[in-house]
Parts: sequence; C-alpha cells; structure tokens
Amino acid sequence: MNFDNELDVRRLACPMPVVKTKKALVGMSPGQVLKVIATDPGSVSDMKAFAEATGHQLLSTETLGEEFVFFLKK
Amino acid sequence: MGAAETVGGLDASIAKHIEEVVARKVEETLAQLKPKGPPSMTIIATKGTLDWAYPPFILASTGVALGWDVSVFFTFYGLNLLRRDLSTLKVSPLGNPGMPMKMPFGPDWFRHINWNIPNAVQSIVPGFESVATALMKQTIKNKGVADVADLRAVCIEGGVNLIACQMTVDLFGFSHADFIPEVSEYCGATKFLPMAQKADVSLFI
Repeated sequence: MNFDNELDVRRLACPMPVVKTKKALVGMSPGQVLKVIATDPGSVSDMKAFAEATGHQLLSTETLGEEFVFFLKK
Repeated sequence: MGAAETVGGLDASIAKHIEEVVARKVEETLAQLKPKGPPSMTIIATKGTLDWAYPPFILASTGVALGWDVSVFFTFYGLNLLRRDLSTLKVSPLGNPGMPMKMPFGPDWFRHINWNIPNAVQSIVPGFESVATALMKQTIKNKGVADVADLRAVCIEGGVNLIACQMTVDLFGFSHADFIPEVSEYCGATKFLPMAQKADVSLFI
C-alpha cells in the first residue's frame, strides 16, 4: 500500500503508539496515509479505537510475525 | 359528516400534529442544552508512588491524543507527581499483595518466578524499598513503557491542564518552587468540582 509517512513505534508500549501516531498525523495533510509499525499487542485495538474516535480512516491492519503494521488515512 | 376519530379526547389529526411538534421542540431544546465541543475528562490524582504515577498520566495523555479536553487535579500525595524531580518517586511492595514481584533480568524461566517475600522480611531488610523501586523501573524499561518524566512531558505537550491542590501545598509545607512551572493553577475543590461536573468523564485515582 502506498503511504506518505512512516512511524516506527516498535518496542514502545501504551500509550506511546497512539500518542505518537496522533503527533505524526498533525503534520500531515488530509488524504495522506501514515504507516505505523508497532510491537505492542494492545496497539491493534487501540489503533482501531483511535481511528473511530478521531475520524481518521484505518485502511488496514496486518500482523507480520511479532510486528503489527497499520495504514491510517488522515 | 361522520364522527371524527379521537385520541385522548382530541381530534386524531390534531393529536398527531401535536406529537410531531412536541418531538421537534424536544429535540431542538436538547440540542441547545448539549455542550458543544470535544469530549472532556477530569482526573483527581491522589497517589504519589511510582506505580500510581502511571494511571493518571497514561489516561490523560491518551485523552488528549483522542482530541479530548483533559484536566488533572493533583491533591494529597498526587502532588508528588508535579515535583520538578521525579526521580524521587518510589514504590513499595509492603502490604501490597497485588504487586507481581518478578526479576527483570536473567533467563526466561527465572523471570517467571513470582518472589512472594513476606511483609515481615520486607519491613526488616534495610533498603528493601529502594531495591523494589529499582527493579520496578527496570521492568518498566524492559517492556518499553515510558518513564514517568517522559509521560508527564507528553501530557504537557498534548495540552493536559495540570492543576495543584493549594490546601495540600499548605498542609505539607511545600512551596510552588518545588513544582513544575507548567502547573496552570493552585486551587481547591470548590474550583475543581464544577469542572468535574461539566466533564464527560470524571475519574478518581
């Protein structure tokens, strides 16, 4: 999937994945896509909840071994 | 002209019209009463140990990440969390049976052991609390959880409103100079409670 920005929050635990995702999105324009890579298992439900609460679109969630890859559209 | 249908003594068509008008008026009034703006949260933080520093700061930083308005009122031992130097925060396992006591080093099988040290031993051994604090900090670091100072900085950056209880400052003989300058005000419960009343979520930690 194409993306405009990548955020690596591997080895960081709650609340950092969501907090840093919010910060990364602030600097992006509407319609741009942010790729987030995390290892925190809690981030799977957190990202979904974050997208729903803030109106950004969670395009996809993938699990690659111990990593979770999210694509969020602002 | 045949007999008109009545509903509760009123002509059926009038009754239906009244119902529609009332429904619309109620909705309009409710919309006016509902506060506009993002969801809001107030937290009262009363504990000042390393472990209890996490819930208020994590909840507050997550709240602002979700776009909420968040205010935290630090009172009693919660004032510890507003100190300039957070390295003094300690944690004690004494009388704290809920705390897992696992070593944050060594092979996996070793790390899984829960060392249930009796309270009597904990209270006699000097420096036990310092050791427990150091082990807890190592555990936190191992798992990629932010340290308290970083979490507090995230809260400040995110716009969390930090409020300190003036009564507690007076009670324990503290001074404003002991605390971080980002505290937005020193006030009391009378000022804070109305804020909590207006908030969507109010927590006591």
